[in-house]
Amino acid sequence: MTDHIITPTIENRPVEFTQAEIGWTPWLEPLAEDELTEAHLAGLVEASRAKSPYFRLLVRDPAVLEARTKTDKDIFYNTRTGLPRADRELAATAASRSNGCIFCASVHSRFASHHSKRGDDVQKLLDEGVEADLGERWNAIVAASVALTATPPTFGDDHIERLSAAGLDELEIADVIHGAAFFNWANRLMLSLGEPTAAVQ
Amino acid sequence: MTTSTPDIIDLLAGIKPGSSLDRIRTQRPETREQAQKSYLALFEPDNFGDVSLVERQAIASFVAGLHRQADIFELYVSPLEESGANRWLVEVLKAEIGAAQAVGPYGQYPAGPLSVEDASGPIYQVSNAGREALGAKRAAALEHAHLLVFHLRDASPKALQVLLDAGWTTNGIVTLSQLVAFVAFQIRVITGLGLLAASNRRAAA
Repeated sequence: MTDHIITPTIENRPVEFTQAEIGWTPWLEPLAEDELTEAHLAGLVEASRAKSPYFRLLVRDPAVLEARTKTDKDIFYNTRTGLPRADRELAATAASRSNGCIFCASVHSRFASHHSKRGDDVQKLLDEGVEADLGERWNAIVAASVALTATPPTFGDDHIERLSAAGLDELEIADVIHGAAFFNWANRLMLSLGEPTAAVQ
Repeated sequence: MTTSTPDIIDLLAGIKPGSSLDRIRTQRPETREQAQKSYLALFEPDNFGDVSLVERQAIASFVAGLHRQADIFELYVSPLEESGANRWLVEVLKAEIGAAQAVGPYGQYPAGPLSVEDASGPIYQVSNAGREALGAKRAAALEHAHLLVFHLRDASPKALQVLLDAGWTTNGIVTLSQLVAFVAFQIRVITGLGLLAASNRRAAA
């Protein structure tokens, strides 16, 4: 089979940032579920990810996907110590808002709202953008994430001092850095290998 | 894969064994290990598939250069510099990096309420001399890398068609996309942790 692109026809294409559950459709052919070998399944890390066209596309390079997935899970889910999950999801949402990844922002804003119980503030970040006033602690996390997302990064000592003044210790600041940095990986894949589709009615 | 490769983030962020940042990274052992494994999976894989080592090093050097990160550029370009056969490539990369500078993120949103946030910026094309030297496949990769680095929200199926037309396969495009995106991540972790380590050393002094 010759390699080819997919140009999807999308109805009610998402054109703004939302916390709703929207979909994503690829521009290149994912592997079919029945084509997946042991190596591919190892790359997917969780068998349930074989249902996702995004992961079945990325699994074309299984070793990279496996390491990427494990990096992702530890940065966001390892919350025994360090920054609360809500704040990590806020960093992910801020990076995605700044880069313009409507799909990534939808998933992680939903998580940020769920874990913080501050859905209105999260919505303000989506609606008004990264300059929205969310209170000093969240403002400091958003500003640091956005500065790290710029190319070249503009993150500096002032961002570290502001996070520290907002009460974050060194481990928590490192967690902000990882959360924002990781979404500079994720946004680049989500935005360039496919596009968001409408919320499932 | 070799086990002798040092931890790249520690090395370039200046994190010394026993330092405060070393202890912080020790509390995230899986992140530390898997970030390194991601690097190894891209630059020391068991199987290079459809993207050669030289292509990987050249594209990563270009991405680091666009981020104006001299140390990370050195990491990726030094193997090319050390091999006499690729010195011409280093010269081409340096010239292209110089011509491809921009400040991101910029780009267009799908038409609608976000259009007021559309921001324009350069659409980079490899120079004629660069294209001649690199060939169509590598030139297309640099142009795509520039899109992914600076104006990712301008990505489109058409941009992927350009890669296919230049000789990239679907598998190769997945690896290329992961490589550019991973280096964007790695640069930000190194930048952030490097500043945090320096600020900690000042506080302790």
